[in-house]
Amino acid sequence: MIETSQIIPLFVAIPLGGAFLTSLTSKKLNWLADILGIGATLVLFVLSLMSVRLVYLYDILIYKVGAWNPPIGIVMVMDGLTSFMLVTVNLVAFLIACYSINYMEKFTSKWSFYTLFLLMLAGMNGVIVTGDLFNLFVFLEIAAIASYALVAFGTEKFELEAAFKYAVMGSVGSLFILLGIGFLYGYTSTLNMADMANVLKEKGVSNVTLMVSVLFLMGFGFKAAIVPFHAWLPDAHPSAPAPISAMLSGVLIKSLGIYALCRIVFNIIGITAPISNILMFLGALSMVVGVFLAIGQWDFKRLLAYHSISQIGYVVLGIGIGTPLGILGGLFHLFNHSVFKSLLFLNSGAVEYSTGTRDLKEMGGLASKMPMTGSTSFIASMSIAGIPPFNGFWSKLIIIIAAVQASHYWYAFWAVLASILTLASFMKVMKYAFLGKLGEKWSQIKEVPGFMQLSMLLLALICVVGGLLVLPSVSEVFLRKASDALLQGVDYATTILSNV
Amino acid sequence: MIPYLPYWLCLILFCEGLYCVLRKRNLIKIIVGIMIMDYAVNLFFVLLAYKINGRAPILSPDTTIMNMVDPLPHALVLTSIVIGLATTALFIAIAIRIYQKYGTFDITKIKELKG
Repeated sequence: MIETSQIIPLFVAIPLGGAFLTSLTSKKLNWLADILGIGATLVLFVLSLMSVRLVYLYDILIYKVGAWNPPIGIVMVMDGLTSFMLVTVNLVAFLIACYSINYMEKFTSKWSFYTLFLLMLAGMNGVIVTGDLFNLFVFLEIAAIASYALVAFGTEKFELEAAFKYAVMGSVGSLFILLGIGFLYGYTSTLNMADMANVLKEKGVSNVTLMVSVLFLMGFGFKAAIVPFHAWLPDAHPSAPAPISAMLSGVLIKSLGIYALCRIVFNIIGITAPISNILMFLGALSMVVGVFLAIGQWDFKRLLAYHSISQIGYVVLGIGIGTPLGILGGLFHLFNHSVFKSLLFLNSGAVEYSTGTRDLKEMGGLASKMPMTGSTSFIASMSIAGIPPFNGFWSKLIIIIAAVQASHYWYAFWAVLASILTLASFMKVMKYAFLGKLGEKWSQIKEVPGFMQLSMLLLALICVVGGLLVLPSVSEVFLRKASDALLQGVDYATTILSNV
Repeated sequence: MIPYLPYWLCLILFCEGLYCVLRKRNLIKIIVGIMIMDYAVNLFFVLLAYKINGRAPILSPDTTIMNMVDPLPHALVLTSIVIGLATTALFIAIAIRIYQKYGTFDITKIKELKG
């Protein structure tokens, strides 16, 4: 009889094993790298769907690494928030792996791409499932180092520059996190998250917890690209190959930044009014600054990167409000953003694949030659701008309602304003890139190959039906479980330690 | 004797590294700055575990060791050093490729990306 909790380590083991096998066997065989990449991500996606069911049945699952009991051993925890994040990450990763089959043909070493991609995935899944603070740091570094290398993948001038900038900022952020972990360990003499929450609850609020909160806010703020720690993102995300831009913007900044920050702030330290206010303020600031910087951009991918900052602001604002509705809206927007932003980056990749340019001024009328890219990017643009039937509308609506209910009228106003500006900037994209008259030099271009179309189509479908996730019967299993995990606050400790 | 002197020195080392990252114009000096920060944090972990006249916590059946040191931070520091090594190796690899493309380590001359 296999215990159900044994599913948890598979989320780290499968991509790690896949990365190892790919680097070992696929140097000469491109098709083998494809199969390993697709296979590993598909299995992970199926497992993550199973995990939703398991969380529905058991509420919480705990895997003890090496059978050592917590607080001594490392534990891996699966609760509502974990399974929610696992579904988000692995869904996007699977579709991006599909897309890469065709897209990465133009690069020389496909095997090293898949190796780094799977390593990054292993790191992200590890951050999500772990219940040990130092373990979280190790997985975070695995994902971060793989992503530095992936940004530099093309080894052109600007890619190397962006990768260096990203790596410097990312390492400084990681060191702040490590310093914070050091302080917490010195204060509580434990590394297990649940045990740490218990000790902190007994000791109460002190200067140490305050200092640690600031260190984590800075460190994870760098990872999540919240304004004012955002400077690396508009360089790093556009410079990577399109599937990796989609991965970085879609899920990396969320699992490394938002998820880890929320887990620590809500479940270990415990949310307090000052932290909540700082989160809301930073969220609103990122929302507005990001969208203002995005409007003036003419590089397709750079424009999308600035919008990532802005949309992350919505997520942080929603979670910072701290009411059940706000957290639900924030997490829902996190899921939606990972879907439509990856879709938009894949669209920009498809345009670059066919025409070889990212400059919006040079494009025009591409929808007639590339119907699939045109229509899917229309859906994604409407989703990100928050037009009613699509998923982005529902999550933004929930966040705005939550802000009004908590009587933060100004934040609600900024959220609406940022949404209108987002719409304006995506109207510009549609007008210059896909609608209008077809340019002379684009008369010979073709639609992109099959797998790229397939993954774009699937993501667009999720954008259309994603709004259904707020239906009470659906959100009961998926979203509500995730927001409950955050809302329980420091009672997280009792939930875990009593289930061991 | 100033209280907590080693911790203050450790903090100064960290800030020195941060200053180096923020102010220096040479890629290699930036990398050295990050390494200094890294070692300051490692030193902090080692300081956490320090105990005057501490002994190694080795369990054997016939002896009881008084005044054991906490072994966990040492294990953490080892892990952190390995991670730092990987990061530094990647940094230097990128810096070498940048030198091949631009012919300089000066960051004021490396600015393809704007906007």
